[in-house]
Amino acid sequence: MNPELGQVALILALLLSGLQCLLPIIGAWRGSKPLMATAPSLAIGQFVFVALAFGILAWSFWTNDFSVAYVAQNSNLSLPWYYKLSGVWGAHEGSLLLWMLILNLWTVAMVALGGKLPKAFFSRVIGVLGFVAFGFLLYMITTSNPFLRLFPVPPNGADLNPVLQDPGLVFHPPMLYMGYVGFSVAFSFAIASLLGGELKSTWVRWARPWTNVAWGFLTLGIVAGSAWAYYELGWGGWWFWDPVENASFMPWLIGAALIHAQAITDKRDGLRAWTLLLSIFGFAFSLLGTFLVRSGLLTSVHAFAFAPARGVFILVYLAVVVGGSLLLYALRAPKVTGGRSFALASRETMMVIGNLMLTVACAMVLLGTLYPLVGEALDIGRISVGPPYFGPLFLLLMTPLVLALPFGPLSRWGKADLRVWRNALIRIVALAIAAGIIGFVLGARSFYELLGITAAVWVMAGVALFAIKRWREAPRGKRYPFEMLGMMLAHFGIGVFIAGAILTRSMSVEQDVSMKPGSSVEVGAYDFHFNGVAETQGPNYRAQQGTVVITRNGKHIVTLHPQKRTYAGGQVQTEAAIRAGVFRDLYVSLGDSIGNGAWSLRVYDKPFVRWIWGGGVLMMLGGFTVVLDKRFRLRRAVEPETVRATPEPLVPPKLAEGEA
Amino acid sequence: MNEVARRPIGRFVPLIVFAALVAFFVVGLVWNQTHDARFVPSPLIDKPAPAFRLPKLEQPTHFVSKVDLLGKPYLINVFASWCFACGDEHPVLMAYRDKFGIPLIGYDYKDAPQDARAWLQRHGNPYHEVIADRSGDTAIDFGVYGAPETYLIDARGIIRYKHIGPLTPEVIATELEPRIRELEDQGT
Repeated sequence: MNPELGQVALILALLLSGLQCLLPIIGAWRGSKPLMATAPSLAIGQFVFVALAFGILAWSFWTNDFSVAYVAQNSNLSLPWYYKLSGVWGAHEGSLLLWMLILNLWTVAMVALGGKLPKAFFSRVIGVLGFVAFGFLLYMITTSNPFLRLFPVPPNGADLNPVLQDPGLVFHPPMLYMGYVGFSVAFSFAIASLLGGELKSTWVRWARPWTNVAWGFLTLGIVAGSAWAYYELGWGGWWFWDPVENASFMPWLIGAALIHAQAITDKRDGLRAWTLLLSIFGFAFSLLGTFLVRSGLLTSVHAFAFAPARGVFILVYLAVVVGGSLLLYALRAPKVTGGRSFALASRETMMVIGNLMLTVACAMVLLGTLYPLVGEALDIGRISVGPPYFGPLFLLLMTPLVLALPFGPLSRWGKADLRVWRNALIRIVALAIAAGIIGFVLGARSFYELLGITAAVWVMAGVALFAIKRWREAPRGKRYPFEMLGMMLAHFGIGVFIAGAILTRSMSVEQDVSMKPGSSVEVGAYDFHFNGVAETQGPNYRAQQGTVVITRNGKHIVTLHPQKRTYAGGQVQTEAAIRAGVFRDLYVSLGDSIGNGAWSLRVYDKPFVRWIWGGGVLMMLGGFTVVLDKRFRLRRAVEPETVRATPEPLVPPKLAEGEA
Repeated sequence: MNEVARRPIGRFVPLIVFAALVAFFVVGLVWNQTHDARFVPSPLIDKPAPAFRLPKLEQPTHFVSKVDLLGKPYLINVFASWCFACGDEHPVLMAYRDKFGIPLIGYDYKDAPQDARAWLQRHGNPYHEVIADRSGDTAIDFGVYGAPETYLIDARGIIRYKHIGPLTPEVIATELEPRIRELEDQGT
């Protein structure tokens, strides 16, 4: 198929997105039913053309059409078919196209499921999504066209970056983008409510399921990325605080805060302004993540000089979207006085503590991530601050959150019930101490091991006590509504994550050793026996493959084959071999040949490392479970439950659209 | 009953903060492209390097101190396995290690020793010697505030030049090499 068709499809999608932004919003403003009625068809039309462009790019990869520059840079004749497919989003231009496609999927889902929303509100939401799409499509077409041709056509492509040739990367970006883009829905709800001058906060209830789903996907994306770094980079670490990870972590933190803020606004009508701001910032961080990671701007402003159009566009687009939203917020946000007051030891207080800690943590990560960029902008040199900065600060900020976490669900809305508090506190402290003692008896000695066990049990005990409380107090059949179940799953996931993160850190045994064939090394309770290295051939690489037999007390546990691959383009990539287990991973990665048949090897015994990702998966399930709650089933809105602030919007429509 | 008329001024705070940030970046970028001032004032330039005593990365029981290095000029390059700019700088160091003509000492900053060893094993080791400052205490004396940074220290132990951020071939050619040659001329 012809790549130029893809380009034409993108341009048509751009035109449709412009209309999708203008017509429904004007319709909502004028109260014109025909104009509002254009929203669904415009959204679907845009989806069709973006999907067509995506399909054409995928087809170019499939058929090895190296006349397309993007394909030539990111594919190769000998690349296996599944990496050809994931190569579509393996670099900047294609990943933007994937982003667009996912935005369209969310919009179409909105069209399919949002039919019962008030018409004017629904039209504004679709219009705002149209504006977001318009910016992205314009950016792609003007600066990052994936369909550019290459002359003369090279006989073979340069190959996909070997680091990206991994099953984890087939899934990681789509999941991450599902999360990033999902926040555009919460954002568009917030902006639509500001545009319409909604006085009530009903829109928050409509937005909640979308936020939860987006956050669930983002969690999954981050988990996949972390697991990928663990086995592909050959380091055995699972989180490096690198700019790319941080870019996905910032919207996650804001998303977690937003989920709780929305719950307060929905149920208690409090924190309205805060919920609006978080909706805006959640999406702003998603944009920042998408743009900066793949365009290389995050690590160096030299990329600005290299591709000035991209840099300027990004700055302007971010300034328009975020600045415009904040201006709209300043002009139209409902009065903050709304919401019922609450006592110090109430559920609201606990959730506000969590919210504060999450947002401050996000600001901390932002500062550390942009530090090299700021340093360069001020011309004092580009330097990284790295884990010595992030690690301790993050731990510090999360401590109050973890301490408060069990008491959120256990305390009451609005009122302080000190008796409940005292009972809960006594039990949780007792359980955490008991767990610490049991851990000590079982052999945990270091401070971090004991800390990990008590902190994890602290959180889990809170969830367990809450479950018992509901069982006793709530009538049958209403004990665990899905919303509550999701909360319990996610909170329990945090406990599992804490156990994994801290225990892995304190109990891991790692050794860098040089081994000759036939020699052995003992790591923890395990014996690693090295049987030498042999050459093997993969689909598009040659590999040196080691054989390591692991035994425990003479009993065979597993035979591992770590590889060191040399790809067609000459890049070298380590492929660690891992025996995964619930309670421990055994990990071998092959270093360099040091002569006489000896090799340097990295061997690990990593207990509880899977719990880190297990906790993440539980959090994701929590986010998805909440959506099933009856609370979120839309009743047909007879026309707005919401009241207009004034008969006419205060902002002229042109300005309002520009800001959306 | 106009809601908006009573809007508190606090509403504008997020917008103002954001606008300040954007302005800061724009000014920074424009300034950076129009001014080529690579001058970094450092209070330690032309002052004696702090007296340090740090373990070798490969043999933690062996120490290197300032006194051991006196007598000839040398370079200290602050790096860490967690530092991303160091990854960019690394190939440059690999290419230039033998062209400097003076020893290149790696200064592993706030890093777990096994991570640093694995990092050097993975990417190659450009250093003639690597010393490890796990706590970062000595780095405070040097005035290090991040990685990478590079110090040129002369035979008498005086800091003659400091570069913040990754070394690039241009920086080496225009800033570092002339100063090294200068020191060598003085030495003969």
